[in-house]
Amino acid sequence: MPSVPASNWIKVTSDGLHVVPGGFTIDPVRPVERAVITHGHGDHARGGNKTVLATAETLGIMRERFGPNSGTQTAAYDEPITVGDVRVTFVPAGHVLGSAQILLEYGGTRVVVSGDYKRRRDPTCPPFVVTPCDVFITEATFALPVFCHPDDHGEIGRLLQSLKLFPERTHLVGAYALGKAQRVIMLLRELGYDAPLYLHGAMLGLCEMYQRFGVDLGDLRLVSSTKPADLVGQIVLCPPGALADRWSRRMHEPVSAMASGWMRIRQRAKQRGVELPLVISDHADWNELLQTVREVKPGEVWITHGREEALAHALGTMGVPAKALSLVGYEDENDDDLTGATPPGTAA
Amino acid sequence: MKAFAALLDHLIYQPSRNGKLRLLADYFATTPDPDRGYGLAALTGTLDIPHAKPAMLRDLIMARVDPALFAYSYDYVGDLAETIALMWPSASENVEPAPRLGEIVAKLKATPKAAIPAVIAGWLDGLDATARWALLKVLTGGLRIGVSARLAKTALAQWGNLDIADIEELWHGHAPPYTEIFAWAEKRGPKPAAMAANTFRPFMLSHAIEDHEFAALEPAEFVAEWKWDGIRVQVAGSILGQARLFARSGDDISHTFPDVVGAARFDAVLDGELLVRGTGTNPASFGDLQQRLNRKTVTRKMLESYPAFVRVYDILFVEGEDLRALPWTERRKRLEAFMANVPPQFDLSPVVDFKTWDELTTIRASSRGAGMEGLMLKRRDAAYTGGRPKGPWFKWKRDPLTVDAVLMYAQRGHGKRSSFYSDYTFGVWSADDLVPIGKAYFGFTDAELKQIDSWVRNNTTERFGPVRAVAPGLVLEVAFDAAQKSSRHKSGIALRFPRVSRIRWDKPAAEADNLENVAKLVE
Repeated sequence: MPSVPASNWIKVTSDGLHVVPGGFTIDPVRPVERAVITHGHGDHARGGNKTVLATAETLGIMRERFGPNSGTQTAAYDEPITVGDVRVTFVPAGHVLGSAQILLEYGGTRVVVSGDYKRRRDPTCPPFVVTPCDVFITEATFALPVFCHPDDHGEIGRLLQSLKLFPERTHLVGAYALGKAQRVIMLLRELGYDAPLYLHGAMLGLCEMYQRFGVDLGDLRLVSSTKPADLVGQIVLCPPGALADRWSRRMHEPVSAMASGWMRIRQRAKQRGVELPLVISDHADWNELLQTVREVKPGEVWITHGREEALAHALGTMGVPAKALSLVGYEDENDDDLTGATPPGTAA
Repeated sequence: MKAFAALLDHLIYQPSRNGKLRLLADYFATTPDPDRGYGLAALTGTLDIPHAKPAMLRDLIMARVDPALFAYSYDYVGDLAETIALMWPSASENVEPAPRLGEIVAKLKATPKAAIPAVIAGWLDGLDATARWALLKVLTGGLRIGVSARLAKTALAQWGNLDIADIEELWHGHAPPYTEIFAWAEKRGPKPAAMAANTFRPFMLSHAIEDHEFAALEPAEFVAEWKWDGIRVQVAGSILGQARLFARSGDDISHTFPDVVGAARFDAVLDGELLVRGTGTNPASFGDLQQRLNRKTVTRKMLESYPAFVRVYDILFVEGEDLRALPWTERRKRLEAFMANVPPQFDLSPVVDFKTWDELTTIRASSRGAGMEGLMLKRRDAAYTGGRPKGPWFKWKRDPLTVDAVLMYAQRGHGKRSSFYSDYTFGVWSADDLVPIGKAYFGFTDAELKQIDSWVRNNTTERFGPVRAVAPGLVLEVAFDAAQKSSRHKSGIALRFPRVSRIRWDKPAAEADNLENVAKLVE
């Protein structure tokens, strides 16, 4: 029997990526009957869906953000589940705690929806697993050859070096509350920094959840219950938006640092008033995007969001047919991970 | 190169002036000669190397990466040097060790032009992304890292515990790598030798006067002069034919104005306004002068179509005598005597007679003519003091004109504004169509920029790379100093110094001005 082309059964709708024979939508941007969620970031996991299928960690994150949700089903990594007529398997994506690629098998065709992913080691989550398929649906957040993420220990080393140079200043590190913050904390711990780390209120719930899932973040304290004088020479983590917020005024001569892949572009860092840019990203960089396609060896590639044109062009020259899906609602318009919007449910 | 790259990389992120001064001082203290001198030269724009043209650098990168990917990347990053630095493929082996800044300068000077691209490529192979970026900034000239020549000299002065005025005085008598100046700053050497009298001297600058300040000023103590709409220059004459022309920044612009420089065969330093001849004694519009600015080579046709001259305001030196400590009245006498016998490329800026401030207000109101920007008020007893002293000199610009125009296109900015739509093309109505009449990219606050940026994103009708066309819906009140006829613009009009004075969120686009009204403002 000839296989059924993916374009016959996966549709781009205004809700998101709809899998027709399974009756579910992946990372819907509006509430749907059945949602399958790749990971817990606010642009992929939203509240209000009738039923949700996701990893235990992702469901935990969603509970943290949206409160208790009914109608959930837990997916374990690498254990196929049948949804409607589709076989669904969650595979580690290496993006944040609980993040998954979704392998869809139907009518003899294998499709992998990667969600957001990275290829670098991350002490807070299992690494990306290469899953051969016919259609690979990828993100393209950093799909330009200018994006080449440096070694993350090197970047954290620069933070520690700055702390040594300016021991009288509070080092304020802007980092996404889910994933980036915990990764930065773990990297600091790996480099031997075992002093207490201070958190903006919006960080606490997710950090505690990581610890419940067995990620040991060490001694964490809240800024709000610390005297400003005790923050001198300490490292404080906060959501990116809080860096330039009135909240940061309580710090003593803060050095404002930011951990983000966008920090690779000097003027982006400058725009944000960042003094110490730390190029640390939870997304694949340019070479890793291309490397991933070479390893996954798909018949074709669909691109969800980011710099689609550049990636489609490069894949075209590699002989891999690629098209942009023009999905809306994901954080694609430049540096939204810097716009300062605190993820829903994590207000200070 | 490493030390200088680290300096630039730190400077670009350093928001505070004091922080920048500290970084610069640290660089001077820890970098040996001649590297630090060449670094200082790069910061002050005096580094004398064959500058790499953007087109040549583009060719180098195009030969190494996919041109389409380069185009996407450049559009995204918005800065050529940074794009190339980030995209340059890391060389695998046999790379030469990273060169020192001094070696780079020496090699560039010794290399024949045709071989320079290969030399640059070799360096780029051996450097990391930060050093590549810094090298490309140096090679292309404009560093644009938020450090002015003045700030770099101030840092040198502070670090060496010297007077900045002393450094500015002797600056033009020296060339990179400034080893004598560094020796002096480190107390290892004497104050560098006095220079010939006829060279650049720090300009005396003025403050804008506010209406309420007139009450406290006695008209009889002041003299008024026209403020001409050209560029302020200093002419260091030479009877040996080695005259030089300096812009306000201290930059030597002699090569752009050979007609003026060639005529300055006299032994004096003059301060005046560089202008282009119009009809009679009137200067032409600034637009005509612009034809002559920033050119590397000047054609004979240029010289004939746009003859330049200097309208002289002041005299600083004559026959080796420093006149700067004299009061204005004395200098004026010496100037008038001197000007009796100069070639036609120089004329005397007249004094405007007045008795009362009211009378001068009337004169200023009627002064709207080509080439005039307003009035200058100078204390009769004031010496010529470099810098911007408070009190002796005031500028009193005429009031700007305004027009209500409709935003038509918005372009992403560069540098700090590279993710904002910050450059606006605006137009006025001609029948039912909008005709573009100019571009403005300042006059609004950062908060307003954010608002306009989001308005642009929500009202885009078409996208052309970094440019978006928007639906006619946002009215900008645009202020400008003058409207001039222009054959280069479709509307036939060019605005001088346009800036956004107000954002008229309240005003419907249909009620914006029309072309006929704007045409009436042409002088």
